[in-house]
Formats: sequence, C-alpha cells, structure tokens
Amino acid sequence: MTFLLEPFQFEFFRNGTLAAVLAGGLCGLIGVYIVLRGMSYIGHGLSHAIFGGAVVAFVMQWNFYLGAGLWGFAAALLINQTVRRTKINADAAIGVITTASFATGVALISRYRHFTRSFDAALFGNILGVTPADVWAVAGVTLLVALIVFFFYKQLLFTTFDAEVAQIYGVKTEWVEVLLALALAAALIASMQILGVTLIAAALVIPAITARLLTDSFNRMIALSTLLGALTGLLGMYLSYYVDVASGATIVLLQAALFILVLVITSFQRRAARRLMHTHV
Amino acid sequence: MQPLVELNHVAFGYGAELVLEDICLHFHPGQFVALVGPSGAGKTTLLRLILGILRPTHGEICIHGQALKGRPAPQVGYVPQLETVDWNFPVTVAQAVLMGRVRQPNLWPWPAEEDKRRLREVLEQLGIGDLAGRHIRNLSGGQQQRVFLARALIAEPDLLVLDEPTTGVDMRTAENLLHMLAKLNQQGITILMTTHDLNAAAAHLPWVICLNHRIIAQGEPETVFTVETLNETYRGDMLVIRQDGMLFVQQKPHDHSYRDIVPNPVPGEITDQSKNLSYRRERGVR
Repeated sequence: MTFLLEPFQFEFFRNGTLAAVLAGGLCGLIGVYIVLRGMSYIGHGLSHAIFGGAVVAFVMQWNFYLGAGLWGFAAALLINQTVRRTKINADAAIGVITTASFATGVALISRYRHFTRSFDAALFGNILGVTPADVWAVAGVTLLVALIVFFFYKQLLFTTFDAEVAQIYGVKTEWVEVLLALALAAALIASMQILGVTLIAAALVIPAITARLLTDSFNRMIALSTLLGALTGLLGMYLSYYVDVASGATIVLLQAALFILVLVITSFQRRAARRLMHTHV
Repeated sequence: MQPLVELNHVAFGYGAELVLEDICLHFHPGQFVALVGPSGAGKTTLLRLILGILRPTHGEICIHGQALKGRPAPQVGYVPQLETVDWNFPVTVAQAVLMGRVRQPNLWPWPAEEDKRRLREVLEQLGIGDLAGRHIRNLSGGQQQRVFLARALIAEPDLLVLDEPTTGVDMRTAENLLHMLAKLNQQGITILMTTHDLNAAAAHLPWVICLNHRIIAQGEPETVFTVETLNETYRGDMLVIRQDGMLFVQQKPHDHSYRDIVPNPVPGEITDQSKNLSYRRERGVR
C-alpha cells in the first residue's frame, strides 16, 4: 500500500497523474474516431501544426491555449476541406498543411533568436511541470469532448461509418466534421504539455486500435479505448516514477506493449477458432 | 396526382464533360422503377442528383413538389452498393440499422423505445430478426443486403433508392431480394434502383428506364427491351429472346467462337469430339 501511495506525497506527481489519466482517456476517446476514419496520421501531423501555432502565439504574445488552439483548429478544418473539395487524399493534405505549419514555428524560432521560452516541454512533454491550472485545462477539455461525443453520438457514428450516406439521411456532415476538428485540436492542446508533440499521435492511435482488436461493437470500442488510455496514463506515471524514465515515453511504451500483447492473444484466438471450424467441417 | 420525384431538363457534368443531359423524368408514388444502362452511363450520378448529394448544373429536381436546391432529399431511404461499405467497421446489425433513425429528434445517444420497436419490426419483416447482435462482416451477401435495406426502411421513407442491389450476390439471393422489394412496393413504397441485370429487371420490375447520358426510352420491359432500344443504350449488338411469356436479354457473342482463341479448353487433353469419344471408350468411361 505504501508502495502505491508513496509518490502521491509529491504535488508534482498528484498533478501529473491526474493530468495523465485525463489526457490518456481523452486521447483514447477521440482516437476512436480518428482511427476509424483512417486518419491515424492526423494526430501526428496536427500536433506538429499546433507547435507552429504555439510559437506564433508566443511571438504575438497571445494566450498559449487560445493561439495554439485556434491554429490547430484552423489546420484541422483546412485538412478536412482540402480532402472534401479537391482530389488530394487525406494523408497528402495532412502532410502538406501540418509540415508547413510546423515549419512556420521553426522559422519563427530561428528568426527571433532572443527566445526566452523553451519549447522542449511542447515537443517532448513535461509532466513534472504540470500546474493545477494545466490540470483544470485538461479536465475542461475532457468534459467538452465527452459532451460533444455524448450529444452528437449518432451523427458522429454515422459520419465516421459513411459520411456520404449520412448526408443523405439528413446528417449535417460538414458541421460534424467541424465539431470533430474542434474536439481533436482541443485534445491535442490539452495533452501537449503532458505527452509532447512527438508522442501525442501514439496516445491517440494505440488505445483505439487495441480496443478495436478486442471488440466488434462501436460502443464497447469507445468505452475500452477511453479506459485503456486512462489506465495506461495512471500505470505509466507509476512506472516512470519508479523506473525514472520520462513519463510521456513510459505511457506510450506501456500502451505499445499492451497493444502487442492483445495482438498476440487475439491472433492466437483467431487461429484456434479457424482450426476448430476446419475440424468441424 | 403530383409526382413524388420530378426532374425537369436536368443536366450535370464533372467539369466540362456532361454526364447527363436534358433528363426529364417523373416518378409517381407507388412506382417500382429500374434504371439500366452501361457502366459510365450516368446511373449513379442520376441517383446522387435525386438524393440531393449533387446539384444539377442545369434544370431542377423536385421531391413532393419542393425543389431540392442542394439539400438532401427528405424521406428517402438509400441502400448503397455493398462494395462501398467498410465491413471492418465495428458495428453490429442493430447499430447499423439504427443509423437510419438519425433524423428522429432524440437527444440521447441510446435508442428510444420507439426506435427499438421499429428495429425489431424491420428486422423481423426482412427475416434477420435473430442477427441483431452480429457484426456486419459475419453475414452472407444476402443478409448484408437486407441489413442496409433495413436501415433504409427504418427511416420510414416515401422513396427507396438502391444502387445496384443485385451486384455481387448470387442469382438466388438477387431473386429473393427483388421479390422482397416487390412486396415492399405493394405496401406502398416507391422504389428506384439501378441494375446491370436486365433479365431480372425484365422479370421483376414493371417499369424500366434506359439511360446512356440521356433517356433513351422508358416504359414496361415488354415494350422497352427491344433490340433497337438496347443497341442504342448499350451501343452493342444485343439479342432479345421471348420464350414462354418471358423475356431474356443477351449480348450477342463476337463473330468468332471462343474455340478460335482457346482451341484447347483443358491443355493436354484431347478436344476433338470423335477422338474424345474413342479416348473415353478405351478407358471405359461412360
């Protein structure tokens, strides 16, 4: 018991763990829609785009969350519209828009060499530096995204399954896509401090694909992915404390290990089921 | 009687190339119509215009007398081609069918009692009542087709639009499906479907429209499926056979026989009939 409670005597661990659990669950939840829409790469791309936004926000002396958030939201919308209105595929649109945005950030950093702010935390995550205000920000975004998923559940499900047919059945798919872009940008901003630009993509994708391996039901996939994200956030924090490894990397490595374990088990199960079927035939 | 669907001088093109030109059509409530024509003739484009996904470059489309103006058509159920469905998507039959209730004003993510009642009703009606909890991939072609028909029916549509429902399923499944559609039509649902199966259209549908960028002909299959009309529609050499009160359509084979191209159907085997007989006799094969 002492082993479990010991790290909680430190405020940085309490804040960090709470933020990691919330960010893990949040990324797990939104990741389901990203993975099922075949846009897994968007998490990686958009987090880089948001880095560009963060630098712009700093240069313009805007609020970080507002500046980077709006920038990320605009980039997500631009990707959606490019895919919708041109012949360009999602992966190419993500590649162009997000790297251009990232490059803007890098260019600004090199131009204004008198930067006083370190962007290491944004790039690699700094869970030890999570303040109560950051925890509130993650909690707020988690609540916002959960409300969006709850009240637009049917529209989001239908649009993710088949956007064109959803439109025929009266779903305003353009607005659903705007909502999803908003939720994704908000989730990335909220998780950036904890996981860093370079690791967010994994936290978005891995819980969702692990959950997909475990179930064929959309409702269960949502619940499992959120739970896996939150649980690996918690366990990853413990592991990073005791093994003394960067917490963002530990969380992602834990998720990857869980994914491999589930992949191996489900592959064996499928093979066994196939063998059983052949013997009955 | 006011037509359910009206297309007045509708034209549509992707860029400068016109896919459909001067389409004038009226569908009345209770009609059961097949849209036939070769690939690339504009059948699916015409469906997408009627469904309100595409906007005509010229002309007007009205549903219940109301111009669509780029809005999705109201009270329409749509069954897409099976090959466009993502069969790995994690949804059960019940979840897929309930998507058809998305227009219902229900704030909560879970289905209302009325949605559940309609779900049971529609699944029973289509004979898939016991499959509600099964994943959509783990179904036969006919069952998969019924799931998406159920999704369209649960929306309580006035007009049911199906894009090539008989493609990719075996003859018996196609036959059963068309029989089911005929029953739904008898219950008052107007049906418009595209198909490549001219014989099935001739046997099951009371009205056909031949399309190849423009309307070539429309009417009952008996009058429309003539060599002249079909040759013009398919720009090929078609054969129409009438036997025992039934109508069969066939593409005329090329002048040369397949034996001119493939003289030996089973390489290494004797193909000449007389040789084949003696070969079989020598080995005592009857």
